[in-house]
Amino acid sequence: MELSFHTVMSQVMLGLNNGVFYAILSLGLAVIFGLLNIVNFVHGALYMLGAYVALLGYTMLGPLLGKPDFHLNYWAALVVAPLVVGLLGIGIERTMLRRLRKFDHLYGLLLTFGLALIIQGVFTNYFNVSGDAYDAKPEVLEGAVNLGFMLFPKYRLWVIVISLVVCFSTWFVIERTKLGSYLRAGTENPELVKAFGINVPLMITLTYGYGAALAAFAGVLAAPIYSVSPVMGSEMIITVFAVVVIGGMGSIMGAIITGLLLGMVEGFTKVVYAPASSTVIFLIMVLVLLIKPTGLFGKES
Amino acid sequence: MNRYAWIGLITLGLLAPYVVYPVFMMKLLCFALFALAFNLLLGYTGLLSFGHAAFFGGASYITGQLVKNSGLTPELGILGGTLFAALLGYVVGSLAIRRQGIYFAMVTLALAQIVYFIALKTPFTGGEDGLQGIPRGLLFGLVDLNRVYTVHGRPLGLNLYYFVFAVFCLGFWILHRTIHSPFGQVLKGIRENEPRAVSLGYKVDRFKLMAFVISAAMAGMAGATKSLVFQLASLTDVSWHTSGEVVLMTLLGGVGTVLGPLAGAFTVVSLESELSSVGSWITVIIGGTFVVCVLLFRRGFMGELARLLKRTL
Repeated sequence: MELSFHTVMSQVMLGLNNGVFYAILSLGLAVIFGLLNIVNFVHGALYMLGAYVALLGYTMLGPLLGKPDFHLNYWAALVVAPLVVGLLGIGIERTMLRRLRKFDHLYGLLLTFGLALIIQGVFTNYFNVSGDAYDAKPEVLEGAVNLGFMLFPKYRLWVIVISLVVCFSTWFVIERTKLGSYLRAGTENPELVKAFGINVPLMITLTYGYGAALAAFAGVLAAPIYSVSPVMGSEMIITVFAVVVIGGMGSIMGAIITGLLLGMVEGFTKVVYAPASSTVIFLIMVLVLLIKPTGLFGKES
Repeated sequence: MNRYAWIGLITLGLLAPYVVYPVFMMKLLCFALFALAFNLLLGYTGLLSFGHAAFFGGASYITGQLVKNSGLTPELGILGGTLFAALLGYVVGSLAIRRQGIYFAMVTLALAQIVYFIALKTPFTGGEDGLQGIPRGLLFGLVDLNRVYTVHGRPLGLNLYYFVFAVFCLGFWILHRTIHSPFGQVLKGIRENEPRAVSLGYKVDRFKLMAFVISAAMAGMAGATKSLVFQLASLTDVSWHTSGEVVLMTLLGGVGTVLGPLAGAFTVVSLESELSSVGSWITVIIGGTFVVCVLLFRRGFMGELARLLKRTL
């Protein structure tokens, strides 16, 4: 095979495009894990829900409201989907996860696994497993941009840029603002933070809601690229788990960087040896477990 | 559990095919063994593996190949599948025990996904089609496992049933002996307080790994047997759905109880065969059962019963 600079770079850029999804999702997992101490198995299903809110908002919301001409456009979906799914997340936290706080963390994993099955099962019943196309990509983002070394689809470039903005603002809020310092303190010692008069339970609820909203946001971004299908979440979540094991969930920046890097590595593998591209992240996980079991950014426990 | 309870259970197992549909019973026995194997890890060692389907399904492919294409007898086929699962368990276990708690679950899930991808891609496993038409063959080269007897006008494949029942009893016995041995006591010690077990001088990682290998091997034996019963080894057997299902069976029946996994497997397998008409809604029902179980019912059937009777089951 010819390993020209162009083919490598184009695959790496496409890989970066996947990488931003890994980054947003593993960031959400890390934020939730930090404060709630649970692995949010339902994260993939929430990502899928985000994509469906966008799709159904475009195709079905109008007829449902009796106004067949009404379509929820892409930009509105980028706001509405995270809000809807974020509220759902808040509901999940308030009604279910809260009851499990005093039990083993594994129960949180099992509960969210059950929720993931429910959501995925419901959508499998009403929608095509092979997926539906989302055609509401805004015209501004049609076409390609010349990056100097390659022509890159405008939409994908937008996805990379907006995702990086979202990731780094989340990082900034958590690591550099007062609100973030409360969050981090809550991660370290919730009882002490409560004693200072900070409403920790509310903070936990909102954090979970934000994590859910992030997943939905990624889902909307993904809708025009991948086909929207009920299994898109479960395929994603297992890879993201491997990303999280590689990076370690202790660090926000670690989650972002690991996600981006692994996306690019995956893209690069597509050029070098395509059949390995679906497993390369898992193989890297094996290597990391052998060499540095705590993960690249993990702290020694 | 006293002697009478054991004799009662074995009698129940021996008489079951005359009352219940034998294929249902055999499916139940395979999944019950799978859940019992899983319970050795979750219930007695405190390790949540989310990748046990890799052993169950992996062994069923190996057994299928050995019996179908290498012409081995069924008992050797199952032995081969079990050994493969033990080996795979050694590899997965060595990697997974490097992380604890929640990470352990994620690592096992991700490693099982590698097995799934391999099963999807290689011709050895038949990809999407799986291995079909696996012959049951002659047990020890003598007893025809396909033979059907007519009992009160009903055709019953008793040879196969009693073979499956014997495999199940062997597996149950091995697991029961493991749990109630000094080795099993150390595992419980690790579950209760790992740092203390370390400070008492136990090489905790070795114990965990050994438990993992035994559990994987028995899960493999269950999968291998299943491939002979249904004459099929498919992608479903290695998928994360199957890994989740065995977690549910154990949780529902009662984590860390001897009979819990049996009760859990019975519930889930009956649910699936009773509700086969609802199609993919079954995923929703399974998921709902998970949620209800975790929220309201963490001890499971046997755990709640044990609490009511104030004794261990």
